[in-house]
This record gives sequence, structure tokens and C-alpha cells, in this order.
Amino acid sequence: MAKLAEPPARTPQPLEPTAELLRELVAHLRQNRTQLREEWARRITEAKLLTAMSKDEIFAEATAVYDNYVEALESGTFEALQAYARNLSERIIPRGVETHEVIGIVLLLRDVLARSLFAKYQTDFALLNRILDAYEPAANRIANTVAVGFVQERERVIREQQEAIRILSTPVLQVRERLLILPIIGVIDPQRARQLTEQLLRGIRANRAKVVVIDITGVPVMDATVANHLVQTVEAARLLGATVIITGLSPEIAQTLVTIGVDLGKMNTVGDLQGGIEEAERALGYKIVLMSEAGTPPPSPA
Amino acid sequence: MQVPILKQGLFLIATIQSALSDADLMQLRDAIVEQVGKRRSRGVIIDVTALDVMDSFATRTLRDISQMIRLRGAETVIVGIQPEVALALVQLGLNLADVDTALDLEEGLAFLGQKIKSFGHRAPNAGREMGTRER
Amino acid sequence: MSDEHQRSGRKLDSAEPSIEKTAKVVKESRILIQSDLDIVEARQQGRMMASQLGFTSSELTLVATAISELARNIVAYASRGEIALKLVNHSEKQGIVVVASDEGPGIRDVSLALQDGYSTSRSLGMGLPGVRRLMDEFEIETTLGQGTKVTVKKWTNG
Repeated sequence: MAKLAEPPARTPQPLEPTAELLRELVAHLRQNRTQLREEWARRITEAKLLTAMSKDEIFAEATAVYDNYVEALESGTFEALQAYARNLSERIIPRGVETHEVIGIVLLLRDVLARSLFAKYQTDFALLNRILDAYEPAANRIANTVAVGFVQERERVIREQQEAIRILSTPVLQVRERLLILPIIGVIDPQRARQLTEQLLRGIRANRAKVVVIDITGVPVMDATVANHLVQTVEAARLLGATVIITGLSPEIAQTLVTIGVDLGKMNTVGDLQGGIEEAERALGYKIVLMSEAGTPPPSPA
Repeated sequence: MQVPILKQGLFLIATIQSALSDADLMQLRDAIVEQVGKRRSRGVIIDVTALDVMDSFATRTLRDISQMIRLRGAETVIVGIQPEVALALVQLGLNLADVDTALDLEEGLAFLGQKIKSFGHRAPNAGREMGTRER
Repeated sequence: MSDEHQRSGRKLDSAEPSIEKTAKVVKESRILIQSDLDIVEARQQGRMMASQLGFTSSELTLVATAISELARNIVAYASRGEIALKLVNHSEKQGIVVVASDEGPGIRDVSLALQDGYSTSRSLGMGLPGVRRLMDEFEIETTLGQGTKVTVKKWTNG
């Protein structure tokens, strides 16, 4: 083995510098890679973790984690490990692997490696202590990195799923040609309001709607921010050539609108949804009549 | 960058193809006004489908065009505003209240046709001209 | 470098990618603002950079529009300035920071300029209230006779 050059000591040590201890440690982990990895995989199965995965899969992932682990110990940098943790999480989350399992297996690895250090240095208690001093902070940081990576990925997935549910739960309905109905139920927060507006505008475009009825009968209360969103929605819809009729406006919400400076006279409001639909049909029918009144049918769409 | 202005019967159609600089926008304004006069058009459709951003200058210019065209006895309609652009416009607080808008070219043509009739300025064969699609 | 070009507004520091070791991500960029052409460049650059994060396409349009307005103010009031774009990409939050700075005359009455409906010679004043609505954070520093700096930020996931 080539003689190692003396590294710059990170902290003053009475005997070997931490860096050199770490190097010795890493060499030990590499030398004993095969059996330590097997030991770890065995303990994972014993602890009934990663039950969603097959033995071969566990072993394959264990290999990758082990190597990344030792790599992180050696280099003292954690980017590669972070990237691997995210990648791993992306793969195992759809398989149903849970947070406690990921934390569990990383801690098991730490234990397996610590035990092997005990075994190796049992005759020299002082040296064992120094090795553990070098090992523990790095091992903890690794456990943390992997666990946090997994949790963040999981949170991201949950957020996405919630988005999807939100979108599905407020459908924009097309009941007649060129007429869209958007029934809103429940309390709207600004984020949901934003989503609704975007959905509606896309719906107008996709369905070539000329009239939209937004029914807020099922909305108990609305604060000024959301009321503003509603007004903006009406204005934005107009820019896409659609008229908006608001139905189910409660006196409380009407008051909120007035408070933020909306001229209710300018807003197209009707008592209830049924009335709104009738009004919309009138608006559409009226336009159609007007055009054919000219004596010429409008050009048929290409 | 030149914006092509096509004549379709009584109307002109200006299709904006990509991001326009301020100078281009002003050039467009002048070109439209000139063409309306030359061709005696009754309406102008400005298609902004390709605009991914409409800021205060673009909005102001479109309003200017609309007003200047009106002085020449013609109507303007803006078509093709993208949903996201519409959202940004209203959040920015820009005002396009005095400019007519429609969803797309087809709606824009229908709108103009109707508006002109309602003014009683019925040119002979207006209906039939709308039915043809000259290019 | 770019000496005299009739159209200015070339990037000061070319957007060199890979400050990150792994992905080729453009994290910072500065655009000199001197003419209306630079306005388009600044907002397109902003859109491109922001698209590297998890913004929705609606949010990208908001960012591009805000940049357009800020750049426009520079051209209109200061003739010359700079838009600096920076991505923030931590584990806790991601977003884009836009700094519009100039050495123009400064703003005499900031609170007035931030009031909705306030107008100067332009029909909408400087559009600062609008820009503030489009973004999540808004800060302005201005000194009469020395210049103005507007910093706006938008974060993903609200």
C-alpha cells in the first residue's frame, strides 16, 4: 500500500488526525464490503423492512447505498449521496415504501458498520474511541441526508396528488354549446381560486365558450383577496371573449365585493343557478337570432 | 419585423407572429391605420395568439390602434389572448375595457360582422363577402 | 466585448451554466437595458431561467410580464440600467429573484408611485403596484438624483 501523504489536520488531535482515522475506517469498510453488506441486508429482512421489495432488489439497492455511504464518508461531501437519495426515493415511493422503513434501514447500516468497528478495535479501547469520534458525525449526517431526501420527495408527491384532487373536485361543466358552468363549493383559499381561474380560462378556450355561469351558492364566505380573484376572473374571461354570469351571490359576499370597490351594477349577477342558465341561453339565443336576422347564415366552421 | 396584414372582405387581419419590440408595435399601428384608409376597411382584427407577454406598452398601443381606427370609421377587435396572458393583464391592472376582444379569428369575424350591421352601415353584399374566404 | 452596437443590451455576464456540479442549469444572468429590444431579451431570459424550476406556465408569464414592466421603467425613466436575474434553489424553497437597477433620476414620492391609479405622463404611471401584485415579494430603494433599485421575487408553490 502506498504511503499516504500527511493531510492537513482538521482539528488538532493528540494522536492521529481525524482525516487519517477516516481513511483507515473507509479502507476497513471497503475491505469488508461483501460481508458487511450481506449482514445489513439480512438485518433488513429480519426487521421486516422493505417488504414491498424482493430480496434481489433489496440487495441491489443495499449495494448502491453502501457504496454511496462509504463514498460520502471518504469524500466528506454529500451531493452525490443527496442525488442518489432523491433518485432512490423516486423509485421506491411508488412501491409503497414508508418513511420509517427508509430511516430504519439507514440506521441499521450505521449499526452494522459500528459493530464491525467494535469487533476490529476491541483490543484498543482508546483507538476505538477515536475511530468512533471520526465515524459518528459523518454517519449521522449521512442518515440525516438520506432521511430528509426521502421525506422531501414524499412531500412533493403528496402535494402533486393534492393538486390533482383539487382539480378533479371542481369540474368545469359544459352543458350547452358555448356555455360553461363552474359550480364552486366550499371555502376557497387564494391558491384554489387561482387554480379555478386558470382552469376556467383554459376551459373557455377549449370549449369556445361565449358564456360562463359561475355559481357560488355553495360558497359560505369569501374574503377580500378571493373576491378580488373573482373579479379578475370575470375580467380575464372577457378578454377571451366570454361573458360571465355570477349566480348564488349571498348578501354577505355581495357586501364583501362592495367593500373592495366592485360596482355590482356592472357585474352580471342572477339569483340562482337555474336563473343564470336561462339568462345565459337567452344571451346565446339572442346573439344567434341577431345574426340570422341579417338574412345570411354565419359561415360554418371549417 | 413586419406584421402581415391581410384583407378579408371588408376587414383587415393583422396576425402578430412573435415577440414585438416597441418600435415594431408602433410600426404596426401606423401600418394598420394606413391600410384601413387605403382599403376602406370597416374593421380590423388583431390576432395576438403568438404573444406570450402583453405588457403596459402593448396594451396601450392596442388601445391607441383601436381609437385611431375608430376615427376612421372602423372597428377593432383583438383576438387570441392566451389564458395566461389574460391573467397577467388583469393582475397587472391593465385596462382593456374600451377595446373589444374575442376568442379567435372566427369569433372576431362574427363579432365585427354583427357590430357593423348593428350600426346600420350595411354595405351591399356584406353578408356574402363574409362567407367567402379570400386569401 | 460589446463596444458600440447601435442596439445595446447584450448580456453583461454571459449566462454561464453549471455553477451546480450536476445539472446544466443557468442560475444567474444580467442584462443591460438600454433600448426597447432589451426589454424583450430580459423577459425572455427571465422566462427561460424560471422555467428551470417548478413554476406553472401561468407563473412564468407573470414573471416575464413583471420583468417587462421593470425593464420598461428603466428605459422610460433612466434610459439605462440593468436587470439581474438569480435563481434560488434550496431544499426549503425555490424561486427567482429579479433586481432592476438604474442610475436614473430616482423617484420623488415612492408612496405615491406605489398607489394604485396614480399616473404620471404615462397613463399608468410606473406600473409598480401592478408589478407588486404579480410577484410574491417587492422591495424598492430609490435616491433622488442617484437611481433606483427594485427587487422582486417569486417562489414556487406559493
